[in-house]
Amino acid sequence: MKLNKLATASVVAIMAASPVMADLVFPSLSYRTGPYAAGGIPFADGYADYFTLLNERDGGIGGVATRVIECETAYNTERGVECYEATKGEGALVYQPLSTGITYQLIPRATADGIPIHSMGYGRTSAANGAVFSHVFNYPGNYWHAASGIINYLLESNDGDLNGKNIALLYHNSAYGKEPIRTLEGLAEKHGFNLSLLAVDHPGQEQKSQWLQIRRERPDNVIMWGWGVMNPTAIQEAANIRYPMEDFIGVWWSGSENDVRPVGEAANGYKAITFHGVGDDYPIFEDMQQYVVDAGLAAGSGDQVGSVLYNRGMYAAMIAAESVKKAQEIHGVMDIDASMMRDGMEALEINEELMASLGMPGFGPEFTASCANHGGPGLSAMTQWDASTETWSFISDWSEPDMEIIQPLIDSDSSAFAAENNITPRC
Amino acid sequence: MFYREAGDFKTSYVADNQTFPIAFDRNRYYAVLAVALVIMPFVMTDYLVNAIMLPFLIYAIAAIGLNILTGYCGQVSLGTGGFMAVGAYACYKFMTGVDIYLMQDGEWVRYALPQINIFFSVILSGFVTALVGVLFGLPSLRIKGFYLAVATLAAQFFLVWMFNKVSWFYNYSASGQINAPERHFLGQAVTGPNTEPWAVYLFCLFFVVVVGVIARNLTRGRIGRSWMAIRDMDIAAEIIGVNPLWTKLSAFAVSSFFVGISGALFFAVYLGAVEVGEAFGIQKSFLVLFMIIIGGLGSIFGSFAGAAFLVLLPVILKLLMVDTLGWPADIAAHFQFVIVGALIVAFLILEPHGIAQLWRLAKEKLRLWPFPH
Repeated sequence: MKLNKLATASVVAIMAASPVMADLVFPSLSYRTGPYAAGGIPFADGYADYFTLLNERDGGIGGVATRVIECETAYNTERGVECYEATKGEGALVYQPLSTGITYQLIPRATADGIPIHSMGYGRTSAANGAVFSHVFNYPGNYWHAASGIINYLLESNDGDLNGKNIALLYHNSAYGKEPIRTLEGLAEKHGFNLSLLAVDHPGQEQKSQWLQIRRERPDNVIMWGWGVMNPTAIQEAANIRYPMEDFIGVWWSGSENDVRPVGEAANGYKAITFHGVGDDYPIFEDMQQYVVDAGLAAGSGDQVGSVLYNRGMYAAMIAAESVKKAQEIHGVMDIDASMMRDGMEALEINEELMASLGMPGFGPEFTASCANHGGPGLSAMTQWDASTETWSFISDWSEPDMEIIQPLIDSDSSAFAAENNITPRC
Repeated sequence: MFYREAGDFKTSYVADNQTFPIAFDRNRYYAVLAVALVIMPFVMTDYLVNAIMLPFLIYAIAAIGLNILTGYCGQVSLGTGGFMAVGAYACYKFMTGVDIYLMQDGEWVRYALPQINIFFSVILSGFVTALVGVLFGLPSLRIKGFYLAVATLAAQFFLVWMFNKVSWFYNYSASGQINAPERHFLGQAVTGPNTEPWAVYLFCLFFVVVVGVIARNLTRGRIGRSWMAIRDMDIAAEIIGVNPLWTKLSAFAVSSFFVGISGALFFAVYLGAVEVGEAFGIQKSFLVLFMIIIGGLGSIFGSFAGAAFLVLLPVILKLLMVDTLGWPADIAAHFQFVIVGALIVAFLILEPHGIAQLWRLAKEKLRLWPFPH
């Protein structure tokens, strides 16, 4: 008890001492340690570097400097809560939890505190219904869009007929991995394919039995919902049983360089769906090189520029920065607060013209957010890994998800949440 | 000078048998209690309660629970995480209404108990966990030591697997997560996002104090003595008339009861949303085990000290390295492993009996102070 009081006193003293500055604060709940660090590092680097670029090149957003506070969560929900509580008082504008578990924690807390969450392509999928989830945004795409996008791609490559096909879902046995199951079940019923479910427990290094089953049943396709160390393990196992890589498709969290490189040549042809551009062939990377990397200001070791997850972090930062601009425009204030940020995020409009002006032409789909729609259009495209050149490249155009299946799921899950928490839909 | 038995006269058996026979000890205990009850609620902030006090209080309950089983009764358990999960899921089911689906005229019809107040949900989940604990404690009648640890490890994995697999436990939610809806106790929200820091703090503190008092009195009475007899030498204990079946199972029941309460509070009050594999995995079992080893096996104070050590140290190190010295978050996180690890090793070498032993030694010294002989 005595130790405890001492600690309390020191905490209070340290918290009272931290200064208050007029700037735009973007907390980054990163994880550069733990079993998911391989994914956490590039994302955190990209997120931080984009804001550094804005500071260095444009002098911030609308003349107000940006500040990224990094807090290490190690993908652990308890530390995520500690990070949230530690950073929210600093004037945090938007949270990027980058973990479905932490997102679930933060949805009620941040909503009560009036701080928006942007869980881009992860988190609670039904948060796409902005009428219920006022402070949560998951545009431009979510897990159910991804599931539908993968099936659409398979339909296309099978002449529109998946009847009688066997498709296996290899998923991380957590809230994250379970998200696509209902959508895939709905799609299986609609298109007549057989879905088998193979769960892999955290952290995902033990997959022998699952791949034995795949080897025995030889499904026509394997879809993977993995993260962290689970991804390269799965791709290695697939290579070991000589499962054709062309038939193995990952969600966007299972499609980065870190996942395929360890397997080397054998990973050639592995596919993953994505909702944003891959590679460093965009004009923005010249600025990034000039203002951030060459200036020695890059986050982390600065070697991640242009990797898939770096681009994703940068894309998330771009959306946050554009939302700030929107909020500044709506409220006529430059030093905005979290509630203005929320208005900005809800009024966000990303079009080709804007992306081109930012040096990111065609980087992501065009979309417009609204009070009811926090989920975006859910456009996705397929990418494929080329092991000889070590690059991901697009092999399909942006395609629309099957909202006929997804919308009822979003409506039922969000209305269940609304009923549980006595929320009346806003619009 | 201050800390001594001499001159502290007792005139009744009740006074003679009280928990803290030394006046100084007793007053210190009341002072700590007064600070915790009267002053702390007024200085509670969101950060203080969510990052420090709640985890400390809740882990202290879990540590007391495990300490009863491992420290007092000598039955090593690696199933703490699993038993905490039982408490959490039981609490979730009670607070949202335990339901059952029955076939009626070819249709499944849902029957549900009314939702139970959060306070009673927590207590009931303690009882459910006690039942599960007894069930998994049965092998302890046949096996000991490492073999028992492995048997409880099976409980850990089985329970986590079950809560992942059987969707009834998480009310068929798509993600398998359980979320604590807003619930009130005495008109104050204690779960959900709109809670006052002081309210959740007092809610947890209440359980900690009650659990602490019960544990302290159990362990210094007949039941605790029989646990310790079994711990020290089970055959000798059996010969002098201690029933091993009843003693071991009661230790499992009481221990699991406390662990269940801590699991329920951990889910409902502290985190609010839980995913079983992440929150109640094997690392949780080890964490609580480390708490009692560092704090001191067979000591209630040790449970508190161990929980404080392992909850506060990472936070303090983070505040020191990241917020004060301005180090990058990842380097600080790596250093944290090194420092916490080194401290644990140093502690176990310098004082194998834990922080509680340091405390005991300090009290021995205090008795003589300022005259060393």
